[in-house]
Amino acid sequence: MAVQMTPSSPNVNLIGLERADYKGKPSTLCKGCGHDSISARIISVAYDLSLKPTQVIKLSGIGCSSKTPAYFLSQSHGFNGLHGRMPSLATGATLANRTLTAIGISGDGDTGSIGIGQFKHMVRRNIPLVYIVENNGVYGLTKGQFSATADEGQKLKYAGLNELPPIDVCLEAVVADCGFVARSFAGDPRQVEALLKAALSHRGTAVLDIISPCVTFNDHEDSTKSYSYGKSHEQVINDFTFIPAREEITVDYEPGQAADVRLHDGSVIRLKKLDHSHDPTDRFAAMRLLEEAHQKQEFITGLIYVNESRPTFPELERLPDEPLARLPEERVRPSREALAKVIAEFA
Amino acid sequence: MSVTDVQRGALVSDVLDTPAGVNNFSIVAATVNGSGSQTANTTLLRALFKMGIPVSGKNLFPSNIQGLPTWFSIRLSKDGYIARREKSEILVAMNLATAAEDIANLPPGGVCILPSEWHLKEDRSDIIYYTLPVQQMAKDSGATADRRPYVANMVYVGALTELLGIDPAEIESALNYHFDGKPGPVKLNMGVVEAAIKYTKEHIVKSDPYRVERMNANQGKIIIDGNNASALGAVFGGFTVAAWYPITPSTSLIDALTEHAKALRVDPQTGEHTYAIVQAEDEIAALGMVVGAGWAGARAMTSTSGPGISLMTEYAGLAYFTEVPAVVWDIMRMGPSTGLPTRVSQGDVLSCYYLGHGDTRHVCLLPANMKECFEFGWRAFDLAERLQTLIFVLSDLDLGMNLWMTDPFDYPEQPMDRGKVLSAEDLQRLGGFHRYEDVDGDGIPYRTIPGTDHPKAAYFTRGSGHNAQAAYTERADEWEANLKRLAKKFATARTLVPKPVVDEVPGAEVGLIAYGSTDPGIVEARMFLEKRGIKTSYLRLRALPTEDIFQAFAHKYARIYVVENNFDGQVHKILQTEAPDVAGRMVSIAHCDGLPLTSRWIAQAILEQER
Repeated sequence: MAVQMTPSSPNVNLIGLERADYKGKPSTLCKGCGHDSISARIISVAYDLSLKPTQVIKLSGIGCSSKTPAYFLSQSHGFNGLHGRMPSLATGATLANRTLTAIGISGDGDTGSIGIGQFKHMVRRNIPLVYIVENNGVYGLTKGQFSATADEGQKLKYAGLNELPPIDVCLEAVVADCGFVARSFAGDPRQVEALLKAALSHRGTAVLDIISPCVTFNDHEDSTKSYSYGKSHEQVINDFTFIPAREEITVDYEPGQAADVRLHDGSVIRLKKLDHSHDPTDRFAAMRLLEEAHQKQEFITGLIYVNESRPTFPELERLPDEPLARLPEERVRPSREALAKVIAEFA
Repeated sequence: MSVTDVQRGALVSDVLDTPAGVNNFSIVAATVNGSGSQTANTTLLRALFKMGIPVSGKNLFPSNIQGLPTWFSIRLSKDGYIARREKSEILVAMNLATAAEDIANLPPGGVCILPSEWHLKEDRSDIIYYTLPVQQMAKDSGATADRRPYVANMVYVGALTELLGIDPAEIESALNYHFDGKPGPVKLNMGVVEAAIKYTKEHIVKSDPYRVERMNANQGKIIIDGNNASALGAVFGGFTVAAWYPITPSTSLIDALTEHAKALRVDPQTGEHTYAIVQAEDEIAALGMVVGAGWAGARAMTSTSGPGISLMTEYAGLAYFTEVPAVVWDIMRMGPSTGLPTRVSQGDVLSCYYLGHGDTRHVCLLPANMKECFEFGWRAFDLAERLQTLIFVLSDLDLGMNLWMTDPFDYPEQPMDRGKVLSAEDLQRLGGFHRYEDVDGDGIPYRTIPGTDHPKAAYFTRGSGHNAQAAYTERADEWEANLKRLAKKFATARTLVPKPVVDEVPGAEVGLIAYGSTDPGIVEARMFLEKRGIKTSYLRLRALPTEDIFQAFAHKYARIYVVENNFDGQVHKILQTEAPDVAGRMVSIAHCDGLPLTSRWIAQAILEQER
């Protein structure tokens, strides 16, 4: 099949859709919510990558973050499921139809507390989906309780002082051998988009932990999940360019200045080598990086770990290319003769 | 109290259940679990089955891997009665720890076969003792020391073969079946059987009346356990995704599903599977996977038991409200709580029927035999997709894990019913659709499968308030309209679920209602009652909610006994709400001690009411 390289008009993408075709319903979140900016990034990336909306599914748990799939990609089927249980929904849906692109939206409560078990097992199984944690350190919909990702020593108006250490979603993902782990900041749209694009080309589970300030409950001056904290403390660990499979590689670095990570679909993550920059293909380095950042209370962002080698769950299950959900009756109901043969074994 | 003996009430002698003689008695083998006695017991069962004698086998086993007492009872009934009996005429005592109690439970005239090495005092003069040097014969078999406890069980197979007149050739062919034709173990075990036959011939003088004769009652029949039959049904129902978590007594259903799917649903050329079976991290995730798969268009199922049902509650409510098709098998065991994992009850009917918070109701199918386990195995998917809802199939440990004779299963005659699914072409023609709109007046809306390539195909699924357009709503009128449509859909379900099986007797004043594994007990109890002059009509429920046939039956009989194996009389309670105007006619006959109901107990309980 010939790949169309340029859109037919400046206002449409390669599959002839306009940006508006990727929009969702108007958001009902608080004005200025980090989650809305992430939804905008998803819309933008889906348009740029010319994703066919009908071939995307959106899944979420419960909470402010989990409402957002209604606010992007209206032409995609969405399932706003149960609190902390979206990974199992995604597991079933991607087994039923492995050809769909799955985007999961979760929050820090949804993933870090009630859903930590399903999260770990989703990563362990390498379910093919982009799993975004819209992380604000606080329960918004129930009005301001600490979540498990809140930093030690954080204060909230009603909840008081948090004396427990945070759960690091990225570290949990790396430990469970996730093949794509990144952290970003909703206030850094360029990086969010680059990471999202790369994540969508990853073959298995891609975890994006995006710090996404809650303007109502956790955006105060001494919060480590606020806009101002993010803007002043973000430390970008690597600089990279994502080159989709169908595009020519035009970003050029001097020899020795760049390293390529080739993704399953032929696209490339071209990492610019900086002094002391993190090598995201090194799993132990990724763990060390995250643990050191935690100890030094540093807010690091970027591509933390990438490894394309693990087979995805549908691959391990030896599923055919066509979706199980669409197999015709003759492929899923054995014959009359087959029944007679089995029955004879019990005679 | 031993599990081999359950008697209650002062009227025990009122119902006579004292078979004797040819092809009409029970054998119980009392052994230690993990000792390989299953090989001996199923060999006996199979040999008797192949001799054309109606048989049923029940395994009363502990929730343990090795070392605790277990009993296997085999009932032979020339008249074809297969319910559990309270007494067995022949005891094979192979467990010293329970021997005293096991022997005490023998009826007068009973037979006790035991190892001579025990040197047990034979202190009951009203029974017959036969002793065999079991340990010596195991030693003489040539088996390695670690295999001796296993082959020791073959000594009683041999003794019974000789004493009862079982055809040794049938024992050998049953061993061949059990060991898949492997000559080594067949020869070893058959050697012990033959030695025991010889010993019995030479040293034991038979003085009991029990023996077997070839019959021709099992022509064309097979012998299978319910979990196997159910799994086979699912395979022929075109299941595509199954997710589960290990739990007794449901695990063997998934084991069988895996085995049959490997044999029947793997492309021999490519090695591709037309299915996925996932062992989940817990039952919450298991049903989550199933709901995700059902939403995305798969024929999805899970299988669990009581504690798993508790964990699945949250997803069951979501699937009900978002209208996702899927099938949940519940192989019921004893609750509450962990209860008794290896004992039977019908204790989850109320919880499954209403599983979930808010006003939630689920369609429940109630298989009573192997053919229905198979049939509901495939039909549940048709119903789930037609009704866009969860279908619970409530089997139980007795059905699921015991071996039953059955006629072969019927191939599903009608094509798979995928329900009201709109394709891209349909959407092109219609110009769009509303996910929760009642277009046809039956309460069942139309759905699209994710991936349907049309810009109007998508809808948003949520467990929160939604209107006919699947949009979020907090409007009172829209909320109520949706619940009313769901109620209408449930009314439609009444017309689609399997109808009850009714046997009406002219002149009967008493109606019996039962379901599931109590059926064999009811069948025999009706014979007992008829002998006592009480004619009964019988309605066997095969699904909830109920429908017209139940209503007619409930309104016809002055006294209706609802018989079930649980403590609270769960279906009795449901039926009283289904037919409130005649609720007072319905009497609960419920019993729950972990064992299948016996026909004598059922007859006795009804007699007490009727006198």
